[in-house]
Amino acid sequence: MILLLVFLPLVAGLAAWFIRSNRLRRLLLIAVALIHLGLTGLAWIDRPGPVFSGWLLLDDLGLLFLSIVSVLFLAAASYAVGYFQREDWGKRQDFEDGFLFTNAREATFTCCLLFFLATMSLVCLSQDFGLLWVAVEATTLASAPLIYFHRHRRSLEATWKYLMICSVGIGLALLGNFFLAVASTIGPNESIPMIVGSLIANAPLLHPLWLKVAFLFLVVGYGTKLGLAPMHTWLPDAHSEAPSMVSSLLSGALLNCAFLAVLRGLQVCTAAGQGQFAQEVLLGFGLVSMTIAAVFIVGQTDFKRMLAYSSIEHMGILALAVGLGGAAYFGALFHAVNHSLTKAMLFLVAGNILTAYKTKSAQEVRGAVKFLPISGVLWFAGFLAITGSPPFGPFLSELIILKSALDQGRIAIAVAFLLLLSVIFIGMAAIVLRMCQGTPVLESTGESLQVETSQARRAESALAVIPPLALGLGVLVLGIYLPPALSGLIEHAAKVIGG
Amino acid sequence: MNLFTDVVIAVLILTNLRLIASSRISACIYAVACQGVLLGVLPLLVGSSHLMVRACALSGVTVMLKGFFFPWLLLRALKSANVRREMEPLVGYTSSLMIGALLLATAMWFGRQLPLPVPAHSPMVLPLAMFNIMVGLFVIVSRAKAITQVLGYLVMENGIYAFGLAFALSEPSLVELGILLDAFMAVFVMGITIFHISREFDHMDTDRLTALRD
Repeated sequence: MILLLVFLPLVAGLAAWFIRSNRLRRLLLIAVALIHLGLTGLAWIDRPGPVFSGWLLLDDLGLLFLSIVSVLFLAAASYAVGYFQREDWGKRQDFEDGFLFTNAREATFTCCLLFFLATMSLVCLSQDFGLLWVAVEATTLASAPLIYFHRHRRSLEATWKYLMICSVGIGLALLGNFFLAVASTIGPNESIPMIVGSLIANAPLLHPLWLKVAFLFLVVGYGTKLGLAPMHTWLPDAHSEAPSMVSSLLSGALLNCAFLAVLRGLQVCTAAGQGQFAQEVLLGFGLVSMTIAAVFIVGQTDFKRMLAYSSIEHMGILALAVGLGGAAYFGALFHAVNHSLTKAMLFLVAGNILTAYKTKSAQEVRGAVKFLPISGVLWFAGFLAITGSPPFGPFLSELIILKSALDQGRIAIAVAFLLLLSVIFIGMAAIVLRMCQGTPVLESTGESLQVETSQARRAESALAVIPPLALGLGVLVLGIYLPPALSGLIEHAAKVIGG
Repeated sequence: MNLFTDVVIAVLILTNLRLIASSRISACIYAVACQGVLLGVLPLLVGSSHLMVRACALSGVTVMLKGFFFPWLLLRALKSANVRREMEPLVGYTSSLMIGALLLATAMWFGRQLPLPVPAHSPMVLPLAMFNIMVGLFVIVSRAKAITQVLGYLVMENGIYAFGLAFALSEPSLVELGILLDAFMAVFVMGITIFHISREFDHMDTDRLTALRD
């Protein structure tokens, strides 16, 4: 069953490349997303055993992240079907710079989307550090063509930066892996297998210096993918240029996968008694990321870039929470769930706004609530949720993180955390409120209202609204009532990291 | 045997210097190809005797991919891109060489500092790996063309790979093949992207890709 989680999307992706009927291919995409979610659901009830002598294993931590990936993929896949239907497939004019461009083939895009799911599932399942690295690098390669869906200059530039920066970063993570292999060498021709479980079991034998160096390289390497500042430079470009459902997957699912890779390294460090050192490193990266995000969110003019910087902020929060440790482990994992659902929803709604207004500039969007009744309200609700306002889920998880910082007596960190959160709240409020309010007239283009309403209808088709609505409801529910099954899983997963 | 290893490593270091001193892209691609072949030979020299079959297989795949296939892909991308064949570096050749020598010294010094839990077959492997990684990063930041950045990435990856060959004997061969496969796919996808860049922009100077910024 574990194998099915990886091979099903892989085979379906290959098939999608050859299927010529659009209807059949879209059906396949939805079917795979549903089956994947079903398999993940089954794993909640009856946990499958290890495969390949423990290389692939679904532990609590992996299951949590796999569930996030699976839910988000279903939302993105259903959104994608609606997106394909309303997309103009011929040559058309770019609304920012005015040049002509076309799209990639829908078959290629679907194929890469399914490969992306396969590689992300593999990340969640991998227990061997080498295999984990292979899977993370494979996510980069599978998602690069997705960013280059609209074949024009900006997306090409974003794709190149993404490929280059992430490949180099992940190359450093590979070096970290090899350092870990050196640390696990306990004698000539004898070493501990690079599987998380056996490394933890034999943790006292690990060479402490090499382990520390290995962890540093793993954090810098996977941190590049995770979007930790100062290695985040690819992230705003890729997230703003990719089609919206790809942005939502990149931000909600892929970043989490990279986070999982860092957590695996942390698990080994904690078991070997180097947890303190590892947590200090993560704490530092977390604070720097939040600061950088706050600086760039204030005064941001492009609303998709604003969301991208918000992702950097939240990855910073995750790193900071894990750096605090203790009760904050629970907070970090809960926050990962909340952030994924909220950010995926926001990116999908941003896609609707983009379709209706044909601009990414936050200044030119006015009256979103009147013009797009559902997306506008969702956009506003999503803003409240992502900035940590009650009654949404992120409020609770950020509260837990703050509380554990105070409980540990780290007042300076708690103050910095609150300060940065409020700066980001104000920065985003200024942008989002302006977009939502006002009269729904496109002053810059001066098109007639008739055209606009047809655009609005196009932007608010059922498949464009239901996925973000469902995700939004999920975030709201998590803020009010945390199901015992989920809280139990998060608790177990937190124990997995905490040792 | 040990002497032979040292000769291979010395030539590997020379290919790096050739890479940063050369003004023609095709010469750089050949330098990297040469590096790939030598790197493929390395597991035969440093591997333990009881892993001979595995070392041979790994060596064969490495030579095929890094020595022949990657350079072929890059040469093809270069031909189809139809751009000027000079490097046009952001840092001049003389200064590049000076920096290269400095990096080599740093790598040597660094190699002495790190205590290894297992004795290496040759004391030069660790400095070589470090030197390759640093030269790779240097090429990525100091050369403006997309294709040379891919070369830099390859050199860095070679360095990491050399380190892995020498020390990480515990890595199962399946994982090593996976790493090679990923490198292969990376170069493949990058090659395609270069093709698109040169078609879209009529150049492939990454320092002129500046539309996206804050």
